[in-house]
Amino acid sequence: MNNKAFLFLILGSLGLLASGTIDGEITKQALNIPAIIMFVIFVGATLGITYWAAKRTKSPKDFYTAGGGITGLQNGMAIAGDYMSAASFLGISGLVYLKGYDGLIYSIGFLVGWPIILFMIAEPLRNLGKYSFADVASYRLRQAPIRILAAFGSIATVILYLIAQMVGSGKLIQLLFGLQYEVAVILVGVLMILYVTFGGMLATTWVQIIKAFLLLSGATFMAVMVMSHYNFSFEALFSDAVAIKGSAIMSPGGLIDDPISAISLAIALMFGTAGLPHILMRFFTVSDAKEARKSVFYATGFIGYFYMLTFIIGFGAIVMVYQNPEYLDLVKQAIDGGSPILGGNNMAAIHLSHAVGGDFFLGFISAVAFATILAVVSGLTLAGASAISHDLYASVIKGGDADHHKEMRVSKIATVVLGVVAIIMGIMFEKQNIAFVVGLAFAIAASANFPVLILSMYWSKLTTRGAVIGGSLGLATAVILVLLGPIVWVDILGNTEAIFPYKYPALFSVSMAFISIYLISKTDNSSAAKEERAKFEAQFIRSQTGIGAEGASEH
Amino acid sequence: MKQEFVEKIKHNPDYIKLVKIRTQYAMRLTITMLVIYFIFILTIAFKPALLAATINETSVITIGIPIGIFVIVIAFVLTGLYTRRANSEFDDLTKKIKNSLVDENNE
Repeated sequence: MNNKAFLFLILGSLGLLASGTIDGEITKQALNIPAIIMFVIFVGATLGITYWAAKRTKSPKDFYTAGGGITGLQNGMAIAGDYMSAASFLGISGLVYLKGYDGLIYSIGFLVGWPIILFMIAEPLRNLGKYSFADVASYRLRQAPIRILAAFGSIATVILYLIAQMVGSGKLIQLLFGLQYEVAVILVGVLMILYVTFGGMLATTWVQIIKAFLLLSGATFMAVMVMSHYNFSFEALFSDAVAIKGSAIMSPGGLIDDPISAISLAIALMFGTAGLPHILMRFFTVSDAKEARKSVFYATGFIGYFYMLTFIIGFGAIVMVYQNPEYLDLVKQAIDGGSPILGGNNMAAIHLSHAVGGDFFLGFISAVAFATILAVVSGLTLAGASAISHDLYASVIKGGDADHHKEMRVSKIATVVLGVVAIIMGIMFEKQNIAFVVGLAFAIAASANFPVLILSMYWSKLTTRGAVIGGSLGLATAVILVLLGPIVWVDILGNTEAIFPYKYPALFSVSMAFISIYLISKTDNSSAAKEERAKFEAQFIRSQTGIGAEGASEH
Repeated sequence: MKQEFVEKIKHNPDYIKLVKIRTQYAMRLTITMLVIYFIFILTIAFKPALLAATINETSVITIGIPIGIFVIVIAFVLTGLYTRRANSEFDDLTKKIKNSLVDENNE
């Protein structure tokens, strides 16, 4: 597409914002002018970056991996940005606000996958792959079936994640900016399509870096303001919080109460993180294994720091927002009693931003929350588009011999299609209970993507048959157990008792995947299997040393 | 990769050393992280009261809080340890292996 089309789309999306602010029904929140001004500045700056990136995005390599020239520090920031979604910023601080210590347990689960990714996956992934993790899984196995399985796992994970982000964003924006739900969802979808189709990975990465910086700065400011209120004494902060909510918030509550759930959740978070396509894709944007390692080191630091901040922010909200009449939802209180806050518990961090920094800072944090959603959906969409254009179109349909221009065009069409699907799904799921969606995305990533990826790297006896059948069984088990579990079967479908009693299926579905991949590969005596095993040695040498690996300098 | 390279690298003492020490170090760190995390999460599942004890009699802060922060910090420290060693020692060995290939080709 040319520059005229680009300008037209920019103006179109800004027009949408303007008309939405005028025509949109003002729901719970009055129009938030500082937030809108700051958001427009953010959108303007990121569209500027997109324009700059568009001129540098010529080949599929540029589109999928930003040319491979991102540094370890930049990539670490971008990975942290992918991980610090609006759901984790608002959700975890909201969970700390509601249940105290349980919020910390949850965030620790999200963090501990990172060291494992560094020790086991980052280097072989960088050394063996080009654009997507399917490159690695199919390195010595048969291209078509493995790519189809990997693409299916990626697209399923991406779409589920997108639904969660879109619905969350619609509600958040409705509340923060006073825009209509549909307008908010369409706005997010249109901007995301712009970033990804024109700017590819380069624009997506920089949008993510800027947003991560803004989010970390804003969260730091809030935590410092809370602590300065207590002369930087944790004892004083926690004493006040206990005086308001009781001592139960200082210790583990009911989040995890049986060992099966504890282990299952741990497996889903750890292995799921290592199977998320939009995260794995980031390892191809750096030049070599050294930068890949640095990326994880910085990312773990940023994410760990961020979770410590959300813990302080959650407690800050307990002392400054809870029972503060300014943030009380009077209508809800009249019906249900207690002291509900406007917009629900997930708005705790947003209200706290107002309590510590007034209207201006509320505007800033609202704009950052919106920017966060935009950046995360862009990364997701790019990963989904690469699964379609690189794995399905170029590698399977064209047998690895696709014309670069055509592959680029397919990836852009795929981006637009995914964007439209995300908008439609976002609107369809507005009133649905989507609590299970992110859990399902993690379960699929852990049960289908991760086992195939890790075994293809380290287990010489893996065969195509084992990977395809075992991976599919893992995927199917995860989906079926989520459907039969308490959240979908009881809470959504209204049955009285769940057929599968646990919320998190990962322990069972991941075991299913590993055991069946093992058994089927072991008993596979076909001549293809023998060839695939023979190729392991060369693959392992490349994965360990990087000799022959795809590098930025090659281009 | 050509088969002759595979044969050469496979018997290269530096390569054998690299694979051995890296595998060992990565496994050791992985197990350290898993053990720490699973002790933490299983304590929560089986004996949550252990984490509910306060750090001293006058404080409201439970030992669960410094322990939780410790798990976050240790995750970061372990990635730092691995990155430091890999970016120096392991990369030096890798460079030696690559150079040995280039030298032999030039001979």
